[in-house]
Amino acid sequence: MRPDDVGAAITRTHQKEWVRVVASVTRRFGDLDIAEEAAAGAFAIAVERWPSDGIPPNPGAWLTTTANRKAIDRIRRETRREAKHREVAPVYNEMAGPVGTIDDDRLRLIFTCCHPALSVEARVALTLRMLGGLTMPEIARAFLVPEDTMGRRITRAKTKIAAAGIPYRVPSAADLPERVGGVLAVLYLIFNEGYLASGPDIGPVRADLTAEAIRLTRLLRVLMPEEGEVAGLLALMLLTESRRDARISPTGELATLDEQDRRAWDPALITEGHRLVRERIASGQVPGRYQILAAINAVHTSARDIRETDWAQVVALYNQLIAVDPSPIVTLNRAIAIAELDGPAVALADVDRLGERLVRYHAFHATRADLLRRLGRNQEARSAYDAAIELAGNSAEATTLGRRRDRLGT
Amino acid sequence: MQYLLSVLHDRLDLAPSDEMAAIDVFNDRLQADGHWVFAGGLGFPDTATIVDNRDGKPVLTDGPYVESKEYLAGFWVIEAADLDKALELATAGSKACNRRVEVRPFL
Repeated sequence: MRPDDVGAAITRTHQKEWVRVVASVTRRFGDLDIAEEAAAGAFAIAVERWPSDGIPPNPGAWLTTTANRKAIDRIRRETRREAKHREVAPVYNEMAGPVGTIDDDRLRLIFTCCHPALSVEARVALTLRMLGGLTMPEIARAFLVPEDTMGRRITRAKTKIAAAGIPYRVPSAADLPERVGGVLAVLYLIFNEGYLASGPDIGPVRADLTAEAIRLTRLLRVLMPEEGEVAGLLALMLLTESRRDARISPTGELATLDEQDRRAWDPALITEGHRLVRERIASGQVPGRYQILAAINAVHTSARDIRETDWAQVVALYNQLIAVDPSPIVTLNRAIAIAELDGPAVALADVDRLGERLVRYHAFHATRADLLRRLGRNQEARSAYDAAIELAGNSAEATTLGRRRDRLGT
Repeated sequence: MQYLLSVLHDRLDLAPSDEMAAIDVFNDRLQADGHWVFAGGLGFPDTATIVDNRDGKPVLTDGPYVESKEYLAGFWVIEAADLDKALELATAGSKACNRRVEVRPFL
């Protein structure tokens, strides 16, 4: 095999096996820090040896065995160094997971990394490191924090898991809906950070993070096939990702839905997303917010042209979403659909009612500005664009808003 | 594992009788389910005395060790299999005593 092919095989194996190796070593030794180091060590040996020795027949088993050996080496070293035997945290619990979940070490690891006793930043970082296998520098770069800051964040989280006794277990059926919601929130946060990076002066879309979020959500779907919201989030991500390339214009600005070249949408992702949405509708179960958001995206991606969009359906879905999640941001998004269905004046009245709660949110001002522009109230539109630009975190977004403002007549 | 559940409070008042009754019910449950190790309510911070004998010359200071709005009003020491169980008990305890509760593991 050529060195390039071995390199590609190692990358594929890393994507497929990393979480399995970490999860399996965690189960055996009850310590995330040992598991992470052992898994990283095993992959380092693979990179060193596979080009000359060849790829083993079962790479996953080879990596797990090698990682277990590394873990044992470390524990022996530490035992020799410290007089008292290292106490392995008894976090592992044999209790089988609730119905509809697969009893799998990877699932336990997901719930440990996304435990609500950890800060949100720590959950995101641990998820990318332990489940995604991203390196510390990669994660630090993705979130624009110095490497040692990210390193401390992950170390602190691992220490808390061990010291506070955060269990390595799928939560009980009573806690499961809330805890699944917590996991999905972490995955969606990673996806959104990739889809619209929050920092200035970086590319507006970072495909590495969206791809990683989709990969992990796919894994969760395999492990929890009965959870409607898992399928819903996966569909939502796929349908959002399908528009990724069309979302950035050749000049690097963000294109809105009506400005996008729909031929650049990814038909394979759309087909898969639509299939998941249909599956959820056919289940007859009451949908949660991710399933409703996915359905809204399915309506958009079904229209070949913005004018073909079934806006009545979009508004109906937003009404359903408001019943589940009565946040002002949902009402703001519904207003965009109402503008198409009932006209910008009706939509503006809705948006203005949100003013007090969303005055610090750039999308509130951007939406108002667009509606005012459509109503010919250019003076007011201009100041609304100014407010939006001032609050926009991402440079590409600010540029796009500036362009729209400059196109206003007087 | 053992956990310390610290009861945090920011006003100088004692729990009214209905809260005391709820705390008693919660304590009975802790004992019945085998989670109870120890618990107690504490006097107000202004009853505290600091002792510093690090240099071998004991110095006594009147008052709490840290001036803050919130203070430790009482605590439970519980036995729980893991943090999920401890958090579940702290959730019930916070409701019973109508105060915020901090959960910390013993070393």
